[in-house]
Amino acid sequence: MDFPVFHLDFFGNRLLIAVIATLHVLINHMLAVGAIPLVAFLEWLGLRSGDQRWDDLARRILFVCFIVTTSLGALTGVGIWLSTSLVNPAAIGSLIRVFFWAWFFEWTVFVTEVVLILIYFLSWRTAWARRHRRAHLGLGVLLAVFSWLTMAVIVAILGFQMDTGVWTVQPGFWTAVLNPLYLPQLAFRTPFALVTAGLFALMLTGLFTRGDREFRGTAVRTISIWSLVFTPAMLLGAWSYWQAIPERMLANLPTALTTLTFTDFLEPLRLAILASVVAVIAVCAWGVAAPRRLPALVLVVPFLLAVWQLSYFERVREFIRKPDVVAEYMYSNGLRASDYPLYREQGLLTLATYSPVGEVTEFNRHEAGREMFRLACSRCHTTHGVNGVVEKLATMYGWQDWDHATIDTYLQSMHNARPFMPPVPGNDAERGALATYLIDLRDDPAGLAGAQSHGAMPASH
Amino acid sequence: MDRIADWPLPLDIPLPLPADSVLLQALLVLLFLWHILFVNLMVGGSLLTVVFQILGRRRPDFETLARSIAGTVTVNKSLAVVMGVGPLLAVNVYYTVYFYTANALTGEAWIGLVPLVTLAFLLTYVHKYAWDRLASAPALHLSIGIAGAALFLVIPLVFLTNINLMLFPGRWLEVDGYLSALLLPNVWPRYFHFLAASVAITALFLLFFFLRAGCPIESRLQTLDRAALRRLFYGIALGATGLQLAFGPLVLVTLPSQGMSWYLIGVITIGVTLALVAMHLMWREIVSPRPSAMPRAVAVFTLITLTAFAMGYGRHVYRESAIDEHRDLVAAHGREVRWEIAAAHWRDATGQTLVKVPLGQRIYESTCAACHAVDRVVVGPPLTEIAGLYRDDPAGIVTWTEAPYRKREGFTAMPAFKLGEEKLMAVAGYMIALGSGEDPGSGEDPGPGEDPGSDTDPGAAGEAAAEDRG
Ligand code: HEC
Ligand code: HEC
Repeated sequence: MDFPVFHLDFFGNRLLIAVIATLHVLINHMLAVGAIPLVAFLEWLGLRSGDQRWDDLARRILFVCFIVTTSLGALTGVGIWLSTSLVNPAAIGSLIRVFFWAWFFEWTVFVTEVVLILIYFLSWRTAWARRHRRAHLGLGVLLAVFSWLTMAVIVAILGFQMDTGVWTVQPGFWTAVLNPLYLPQLAFRTPFALVTAGLFALMLTGLFTRGDREFRGTAVRTISIWSLVFTPAMLLGAWSYWQAIPERMLANLPTALTTLTFTDFLEPLRLAILASVVAVIAVCAWGVAAPRRLPALVLVVPFLLAVWQLSYFERVREFIRKPDVVAEYMYSNGLRASDYPLYREQGLLTLATYSPVGEVTEFNRHEAGREMFRLACSRCHTTHGVNGVVEKLATMYGWQDWDHATIDTYLQSMHNARPFMPPVPGNDAERGALATYLIDLRDDPAGLAGAQSHGAMPASH
Repeated sequence: MDRIADWPLPLDIPLPLPADSVLLQALLVLLFLWHILFVNLMVGGSLLTVVFQILGRRRPDFETLARSIAGTVTVNKSLAVVMGVGPLLAVNVYYTVYFYTANALTGEAWIGLVPLVTLAFLLTYVHKYAWDRLASAPALHLSIGIAGAALFLVIPLVFLTNINLMLFPGRWLEVDGYLSALLLPNVWPRYFHFLAASVAITALFLLFFFLRAGCPIESRLQTLDRAALRRLFYGIALGATGLQLAFGPLVLVTLPSQGMSWYLIGVITIGVTLALVAMHLMWREIVSPRPSAMPRAVAVFTLITLTAFAMGYGRHVYRESAIDEHRDLVAAHGREVRWEIAAAHWRDATGQTLVKVPLGQRIYESTCAACHAVDRVVVGPPLTEIAGLYRDDPAGIVTWTEAPYRKREGFTAMPAFKLGEEKLMAVAGYMIALGSGEDPGSGEDPGPGEDPGSDTDPGAAGEAAAEDRG
């Protein structure tokens, strides 16, 4: 509406955010929040037992965490911002207004975290650290606390997007932070990070202890125990999170889990999720019982399963909050529900800053429809690419008979038929134009170009 | 687009700023300077690393220096990123519409930052941590360093283009793609200004870094001594600062006049003066034969820091005045629309929806129906006749209406109506449909309850909203 519309017509805007955000969450949970306490724990084992091999293992695991978190981890973190502000500036702009100080605080914590990891890692083998081993370990503990804190702040915002709680009636910083989903989500993510960091470390241990089978056994057993210890807390957290998800969102769950085409696979999928959790626990149990008989290759399996689980969890979380980007305040298309009546009276396009057409007339219906698509659908759909609207329509109506009235009627009832999509904004003429455009789109492979290549206001002809 | 009235007029986010605007601006300027310091050290450091590494092929001392500098780059680059988040947050919240608009218009480059910076960081890690391992393949090792430095040269340009584009709403509609944003005035002079500053600041930093008490570097050097290092880094800093005497004025004259003021010139002049004093001190350091005490280096450092403050503040003064007027318009427009939204929301909640009449019909009824009717002559010919003439050529009606001439015997002349293409096309379509006996509403169905003069307006609120639509 008020911003030029960035649009990726093949890859899809949702996928852009999803890839960046998922990578970031994986790195943050496994290689920072969960891994740092584990590294400190291993360092402590070395200190207590006097066995230098613990210290070496801890340092090598930290080296991987250090390289990845300070490059890909940090950049995907910034990337979530960059991508969301491209794809949905109205949403991120609103969230920043509400959560500015939370983000600001998180930033100071983040700065501390980075400074600490630089010192913790770069000083590991210095003369200072050799002399003051306890102080060095203290750095690790401090770093672990700060890593956790950054996550603790961000989770408040994620919770807010799903359930604003009393904020809509009682706007304010604290009512926003203490939304109903905050604590349950934190209670889940914390042990999840600890468990999965163990799985990541198991994989690395297999790699780093190749020459020393005896120590590998000891290390594998210790780290397996670490993961198992936090598993009950993780399951409990998952349960409390589940309880806190608003009723209306649970209706989206089948589609969130499988996409519309595959809803039939819901049951097998549930089983697969369950099986993957069991498999992880089983490998860890094996690691405790007979660590030396556990081949290094098997150690990779729990890690991969955890990556899959976490990515999946994030997809579902992102999906079930649809059609809202901020619960009951703003739809995923960046429009506020409260503004819909005006769009209906005056038309969406006349109010849109960058639409080359205003009112719908006999002669601009295609363009008007294109602008409608841009404003109302393009945050979630491409034309012919990922989640492409043409293909979606074809699934419903085949490739032949798309008559205007049918599509128009669908658009009118879309929100009620598929609650994960927002209602079509604007007046009836605009909705009619959108239907015209969608029909034209079927035979037009050109698709829709975004502001990043064709400018803010595409030429009207 | 020189007239501000023609600039795009978006709505701002309708939520209050999270803090007083002066506080946000102060945060923005200070945090940005702090961030840019590390960016300078990262860019300047990676440049000097590769330059010294190349020189090191002849004189091994330079390779020793290069290796040491590479160690600082991996730290400074991490700080540059984290320190950037604070000012990014402040820009986001304080310049919301301006910044996000610029981001969207340069979207590919903007999101490209994520992989580019990641790659640059990984390359610097490889360059640093594989120094020994790649000793047998020096060309490969050097290429990795050069690739990293090249990326570090590209990355700031993307940021700079965004911050520049955001200041010129009048140019937003002209930009199509990142490359076209690169061609806006001021981008390139500013970029070279920045690069020279990076080299100067890094040289000063390295001066402190290598000459600090207890620095082990000296024992590792074969021919260079402390005095030589001092001259080397002062020389680089002085040369780079000297270049600013050319870049600085270029930046100033290429700035669009839109935000220029004497106050700004005053601030910049103070900055330049401080820098000149610093340059003089550096020169004295280079030519004086005695090893100087640290205090003079501290003076140079302080002066350059103050220069940076003056320039950073001047930038902000310019930024504010460049968009000042536009921001007032955006605010006023926002108030108006918010108010209409509230009125419409109220009508919706109380079941009094106003639904409007299509444009074509409105123009027809308000302008043309006075002389035209569907199937009889009023003053002009009936629509049935007009539809017959123009059914396949609606644009012909537009041409006619803008410049009618005497055509029919016994008719008076029709006055010209220059209503603009959009409105005339709309009315043309409406007339043709009506004259052909079609229901002109079917194309642009106004929906149930169409009634332009509905009396259901909630008093003045609704009337004003209805007015506006006319
Ligand atoms: C909040 C994001 C979102 C928005 C906005 C959105 N959609 Fe969808 N739409 C989806 C998702 C998700 C699906 C289901 C994809 C799947 O799993 O197959 C979908 C499915 C569809 C389908 C197929 C539905 C079915 O019943 O099989 C159509 C048609 C469609 N969308 C059209 C539109 C149009 C037209 C617009 C704009 C007016 C729009 N969508 C806006 C997210 C969105
Ligand atoms: C003051 C009276 C008047 C008004 C108001 C008026 N017209 Fe006419 N119009 C005429 C007359 C008289 C003619 C016949 C002129 C002739 O043939 O010489 C005419 C002819 C026309 C024709 C036929 C042209 C042709 O090629 O034969 C068109 C089309 C037309 N008018 C469109 C419009 C439109 C559109 C408007 C409103 C924007 C409008 N008129 C308003 C008086 C009027």
